[in-house]
Amino acid sequence: MANDIQIEFKQLNLISNTQIIDGVYSLRFKRFFDFTPGQVISIKLTEDMPGRLYSIASSSSSEFIDILFKVRPEGLLSPQLANLKSGEKMYVSTPMGNFIDQQTDAVWIASGTGIAPYLSMIRSGTKGTKTLIYGASYRNHFYNDKELQNSNIIDNYVRCCSREQHNDCFYGRITAYIDQIKDLPNRKYYLCGNPDMVVEVRDKLIKRGIAFNDILAEIYF
Amino acid sequence: MDKIKLLGKTLTELQEIVLELGLPKFNAKQIAQWLYKHNVSDIDEMTNLSKKARERMSEKYEVGAYTHTNVQTSVDGTKKYLFPTMKDQFIESAYIPDRDRATLCVSSQVGCKMGCLFCMTARQGFMGHLTSGDIVNQVRSLPEREKLTNIVYMGMGEPLDNLEEVLKSIEIFTSDYGYAMSPRRITLSTIGLVPAMQEFLDRSEAHLAISLHSPFEQERKQLMPIESVYSLHSVIDTVKKFDFGRQRRVSFEYIMFDGVNDSPRHARELIKLLGDMRCRINLIKFHPIPDSPLKGCSREKMEAFENILKAKGVMTTIRSSRGEDIFAACGLLSTKERSKKR
Repeated sequence: MANDIQIEFKQLNLISNTQIIDGVYSLRFKRFFDFTPGQVISIKLTEDMPGRLYSIASSSSSEFIDILFKVRPEGLLSPQLANLKSGEKMYVSTPMGNFIDQQTDAVWIASGTGIAPYLSMIRSGTKGTKTLIYGASYRNHFYNDKELQNSNIIDNYVRCCSREQHNDCFYGRITAYIDQIKDLPNRKYYLCGNPDMVVEVRDKLIKRGIAFNDILAEIYF
Repeated sequence: MDKIKLLGKTLTELQEIVLELGLPKFNAKQIAQWLYKHNVSDIDEMTNLSKKARERMSEKYEVGAYTHTNVQTSVDGTKKYLFPTMKDQFIESAYIPDRDRATLCVSSQVGCKMGCLFCMTARQGFMGHLTSGDIVNQVRSLPEREKLTNIVYMGMGEPLDNLEEVLKSIEIFTSDYGYAMSPRRITLSTIGLVPAMQEFLDRSEAHLAISLHSPFEQERKQLMPIESVYSLHSVIDTVKKFDFGRQRRVSFEYIMFDGVNDSPRHARELIKLLGDMRCRINLIKFHPIPDSPLKGCSREKMEAFENILKAKGVMTTIRSSRGEDIFAACGLLSTKERSKKR
């Protein structure tokens, strides 16, 4: 759980590797631990390589663990993960971290694969009403879009599409969307995604009067 | 095609290079000495290598040292050097003279990914990892190199997010073939990337400094997003399990924010957390960054906090601020504007 310092790895077989869009994949393997939605696991392909962290996207009661990842061409692991076939071996750690939903009304903000912890929270039946602000470059980069649209805990689902104009999306980045909201909801704010998005959005929220201790961030590094 | 830089190569890597070039193995040590003892700028200056060997090496390799492009000097004598690294990107290093010691604060990345609320480098975003050569060059090309007594990895970037290059640079600074500094003169500061911190402890002998800034996980999380992944208890448990021996030191950095982490409650929790460890706590004045919701606390509050810790036997110091007027002080390094202008 959150405070475990011993990051223990277990070797197991990949169940499936699904390409969602070009360069973005979803991996599935059998769950061998309990976890709290919002936690991360470390994954590696050999015993002696350093692991990389990925948020769990699946429900805490599912028999499977799903993760989302984007291939970084210069990365050591993700290009190899993209080529991993069902049945091939990988090493997966026990879960860690505490980017945990407080089960109250909140604003969730994500970019790219940073949607993963929120998917896990939704799928695990978290409480409270959530506004979801999701940023991506293109319309088809909003992963699990249908599921998010149909979620009954999300009262307002805003897709910020920065490079394409669509009727059902805000055209621009998350920071631009926040700029044009008249009154920001008085809720806890959760941010998850790449460092630039998290830092810029956090600064923007603070400038708009949100207390820094009402903002919880997880950065994909 | 760009030539490969020799600066920053370890002896093992230089041995691989000479073998690849068909040169005798002992040439590797000679090259290391030219690079790190004689600080040559050109392969042609390596005069105990045959002319043929130098020519063969020059076809593919270069020394790769480069000088700073700007320097600012503080009223307190601190100097901030600007170095160009990768394409259109810059890093800063702070040279801090202080009586009988002179410390260089080196950068390990261009920008940073860690997003700490109080840090100017975080606002810059992440532009790239430095190579071992870029790190070594900050020392190699420092005009005050001969006076240097200490190196701290506390500049731009999270060093443990660039572990292999950082470890290579430490090897070069501490090896007989390199700068032959004592590892006790080198301190690496981290926010606590636990697996990499364990690797650093196992593979190096340099001191460790950990950015703590709150003894409470929920409060630390608001200041430092890394807490969402590696909790401070996991960081401290890792450190407590490691045998530091008698010479190696672990310290905790604690920037003091007014009304945020400066109460007696925080001091008492710190004692609970660290009281049984042989360590030092450095209390650091916060240097405000633009639009920050955080404020620095008064000297009186810092001293009161220090006294609570000291009364319980926790070794504590208030670190003096250096280079504040030239934005070289803790948490202020940033080359964002300069990178944009290019």
